[in-house]
Amino acid sequence: MALVDLIAEALTFTFIQRALVVGTLIALCCAFLGCFLVLRKLSMIGDGLAHVSFATVALALLLAASPLLVSIPLVTLASFAILSLSERTQMHGDAAIGLVSSFAIAVGVLIASLAQGFNVDLMSFLFGSILVISHADVLISLALAAVILGTVVLFYNQLFAVTYDEDFARVSGLNTRLITYLTAMLTAMTIALGIRVVGTMLISSLIVFPTVTALQVAKGFKSTIAVASVISVTCVVLGVFASYVYNLPTGATIVLLNAAMFLVLAGLRKLGAIGG
Amino acid sequence: MTTLLTVTDLELKYGRQEVLSGVSFVVERGDYIGIAGPNGSGKTSLLKALLGLLPPARGRIQFADHAGNRSVGYLPQKTMQSDPLFPATVKEVVMTGLLASKREPRWFASEDSARADAVLARLGVAALSGKKVGNLSGGQQQRVMLARAMASSPQLLILDEPTSALDPRIRDEFYELLDELNKRDGVTIMLVSHDIGSIGKYTKKLMYLDNSLVFFGTYDEFCGSEAMTTYFGSTSQHLFCWRHGHGAC
Repeated sequence: MALVDLIAEALTFTFIQRALVVGTLIALCCAFLGCFLVLRKLSMIGDGLAHVSFATVALALLLAASPLLVSIPLVTLASFAILSLSERTQMHGDAAIGLVSSFAIAVGVLIASLAQGFNVDLMSFLFGSILVISHADVLISLALAAVILGTVVLFYNQLFAVTYDEDFARVSGLNTRLITYLTAMLTAMTIALGIRVVGTMLISSLIVFPTVTALQVAKGFKSTIAVASVISVTCVVLGVFASYVYNLPTGATIVLLNAAMFLVLAGLRKLGAIGG
Repeated sequence: MTTLLTVTDLELKYGRQEVLSGVSFVVERGDYIGIAGPNGSGKTSLLKALLGLLPPARGRIQFADHAGNRSVGYLPQKTMQSDPLFPATVKEVVMTGLLASKREPRWFASEDSARADAVLARLGVAALSGKKVGNLSGGQQQRVMLARAMASSPQLLILDEPTSALDPRIRDEFYELLDELNKRDGVTIMLVSHDIGSIGKYTKKLMYLDNSLVFFGTYDEFCGSEAMTTYFGSTSQHLFCWRHGHGAC
């Protein structure tokens, strides 16, 4: 069968349609937030919280509850724990992330070994599986993405000011602490949103890759977000189709496409063909 | 002369460490004050207190009626963006200088964009508007940071070591620009600098700190002060005041 026919066939499946909708939403949220996280040197918070979501998914499976609904509040709490650990104990941010994420992995492993029965299910959350996206997941994802994207647009000026120069933002009367907690909360929500399609092990790469790739070409901050969004959505859509056509794991395919995109644009920049 | 700012019996501490005590002074509108003193003498701490970043342990900082903290423009010490990859255009950075005067949710209107363009034009860097900040030279970046500080038309401009990273020619140009802002646009300026020669040449008043207020007044007063001769010795005193060989003292 020709490639076009295979893609047309793929589009007739409900699970592919859902994967494309949810995947595009995740791609947009990751690109929007990634720019603020990467440039504030908070990329690792995404990685740490993804590890936390491993524990929250295990807990949800144990309780037979929705992984998304259990993860959102718990991962958000973990993000606040990381920030307040580094604030109160003057611990370095990366150490706080290390503590919280390894603690969560340990809890997750304990829960998984206690329950014993859901090893296959847990694998699908570790590395993502588009076969298991329910109709309710699609609706929750739509609502979540609307909140995340809406909040970024609403607070864009303040998020940018804090990212560029936190001290200056504070002098300007901005509540920089509130903005930092807001960023962490939105990150937690994005990670919870992403565990279905790309999985807890790979979600943080969706936050980092598109932004770092966009940095190779963009001059301004808004254009970086725009370029990162295009790259991110393109990789997710191509990844979903490629995983169907070639029978590959979706999350890993999306991440590899992102890596390829980065190598190409970084190479072009090195050669002086692009870049500001 | 009208009063812009009154500081009364100010004491500043970092934890238990006292950095400044018993400081009282009045800043008049149109003043151009050079703040000097040895390392650790409390210069930057004083600026932080004026900016509301360091709460006073004792004493008061009072701005005149219309000048709250919001009408203070600030050019921080470390302004060179260390990350040349940071994606921000000159215009985007200058616009953040307007956030102080905005109410929540701090959105921009079209007149804000025009205001940023006007400030860039005023400082002679209108052509840089769409450029990436990380690609500019040190002198250009410093003008952009000044434009950000000036964006909300502050009554008081506070600068912390603004020229320490600039080469001498660019440094003189920068001082001349500040001089013009002070004389022509009537902006009140307080500037911390180690560059004793330059602040003596350009600023109108000297504030010398050494964990307390050693001197505050015009250079003529400084030059003629016997107390300062005793404190500094005559050579240093007249090195600071920039009057000798320039026909003033």
